[in-house]
Amino acid sequence: MTKMRPIGYIVGIIGIAVTAVVFILPFAFILLTAMKPKQEANLLQFSWPTEIQLWQNIVDVVQARDFMLIIAFINSTILTVASVTLMVIFGAMIAYVLQRRKSWINPWINGLVLAGLIIPPAVVPTIWVMQTLGIFKTLPGLILIEVAFGLSFTVLMMRAFISTIPKEIDEAAIVDGAGPMRLFFQVILPLLRGVIVTVVVVQSVFVFNDFQNPLYFLPGDKNATVQLTLFNFQSQFNTSYNLLFTNILLITIPPLIMYIFFQRQIVAGMTSGAVKG
Amino acid sequence: MSASTASTTPAAPPSPPAAKPRISPVHIDKTYPMWFYVPGGLVFLILFIVPTVLSFYYAFTRWTLFDATFVGFDNFVTFFSEPGLIGSLVNTLIYAFVTSGSKVVLGMALAVVLVQHIWARGYLRSLTFFPVLVSAVGVGLTFQVLLNPTDGLVNAALGAVGIDGPRWLVDPDIALLTVAAIDVWKGIGLATLIYIAGLVAIPQEYYEAARVDGASAWDIFRTIMLPLSFPATSTVIILSLIGGLRSFDLIWTTTQGGPGFASDVIASVIYKQYQAGFYGLSTAGNVVLFIVVTAIIYPLSRWLNSKEVVL
Repeated sequence: MTKMRPIGYIVGIIGIAVTAVVFILPFAFILLTAMKPKQEANLLQFSWPTEIQLWQNIVDVVQARDFMLIIAFINSTILTVASVTLMVIFGAMIAYVLQRRKSWINPWINGLVLAGLIIPPAVVPTIWVMQTLGIFKTLPGLILIEVAFGLSFTVLMMRAFISTIPKEIDEAAIVDGAGPMRLFFQVILPLLRGVIVTVVVVQSVFVFNDFQNPLYFLPGDKNATVQLTLFNFQSQFNTSYNLLFTNILLITIPPLIMYIFFQRQIVAGMTSGAVKG
Repeated sequence: MSASTASTTPAAPPSPPAAKPRISPVHIDKTYPMWFYVPGGLVFLILFIVPTVLSFYYAFTRWTLFDATFVGFDNFVTFFSEPGLIGSLVNTLIYAFVTSGSKVVLGMALAVVLVQHIWARGYLRSLTFFPVLVSAVGVGLTFQVLLNPTDGLVNAALGAVGIDGPRWLVDPDIALLTVAAIDVWKGIGLATLIYIAGLVAIPQEYYEAARVDGASAWDIFRTIMLPLSFPATSTVIILSLIGGLRSFDLIWTTTQGGPGFASDVIASVIYKQYQAGFYGLSTAGNVVLFIVVTAIIYPLSRWLNSKEVVL
């Protein structure tokens, strides 16, 4: 570790000043507006509130439209937990066999994984398929959609990780008389903990923040997810920006908490592939 | 994005590994059962692959979800003849290349600064990354307010120093570029992070050797950092191009494609046609997007990969 040169301090201070304007200011604006009374917020000014009523705004937002935000938080939580759980289990099963067993089907599966990363989903045909199956406009339907669209990334991350687990472990377990289910769920899956945490964190943030898929596949106020409440509020509170920004603040808290606790895993997940290409 | 792990195996029935045949084929089947592909594969096939394949039929129909009439290339003719729709194709390309290019340049620049020994480095890295985790809807609505032409904070600040700020999201000429700028603001942290990972992976010996040879800071950047962070560059380009070409959330929450069709992209046209009940036309939009994305990404990623090998 070399000693920091004076230029290091100067650049650091310039960086702090620039990021304060570019990144802190917008978030400060959200927070300030969320604390203001309605008339003051609607001036859209960047100023300290004359009267702080953040709690009152939170109560108003939560109670709006028969506690729609609460229902939306419940929906989003179920959606996120269920879809990410399925993604991890299904993804790990696929990645495990794909990495361990060489067969004629591997190139095809690799191709499908890449297709899943690149190809934009075909919206109306998907709705048609879901309607045929009777899962359109249902939460389980949207859960499966998120699984289908998120599986590729999960498989890609897990396959890379599984390649670092020695094959001898599988052999030892088989010699000890374990079946494939026990081998996978009791031996392999626990060894994948590191990559599972990364996948869970990254995909949770992604699913929780998702706007497009709930908009298409789970329309309707009753089923709203948190991102859609924001969108619905925009017209309803057309003139009450304090409530709109309180809502933005509330739905930004879960990803923020994720970031504070799992920064390392998020960074690991998002930069995978940057080094080796 | 390496998809070639299995390309060396013969396309014959499952054969035991040639080198160390410790596990017999029967054992392989027991240890790594094929049915492990089934649960995830079924969901993926039914909800992703089947609709994608179907889109190539329904794009050629007038479609009500209950019955479809084959109309040949009518939907595509409509798509390519209406100014609002063909405009969306051009806008999609502009949006994707502007955001991707900006993320490469700015992400590289920020990363070069953030790998040096500077004060508050960890804080600066965390801060630039945080917008990546905020939902596009939240970011879009916030900037809609900040960029309000008359009352918004940005134009108020510009006015304070005597500049008459543009009308940003409501000016047809710059609405698309304004959304692209917001996209860059939100996504720059990810590009920076990828570049940082690429730069710290460069062995220190290169820098030391360069310093011994008396290389200037610019020489080090040009001959070491730039070429050796190429894997990061290609990741940023591919990721941001895929994201930019498919972008919907941010555009929909800031301008809804407006004013007029000024910032409509293919993804927003697909949604508008779907809302209007033109399912066939909407699906044709999907097919156009599919072709645009694969026609750009596939050759580009192959080309970038081939460059990496040369390096």
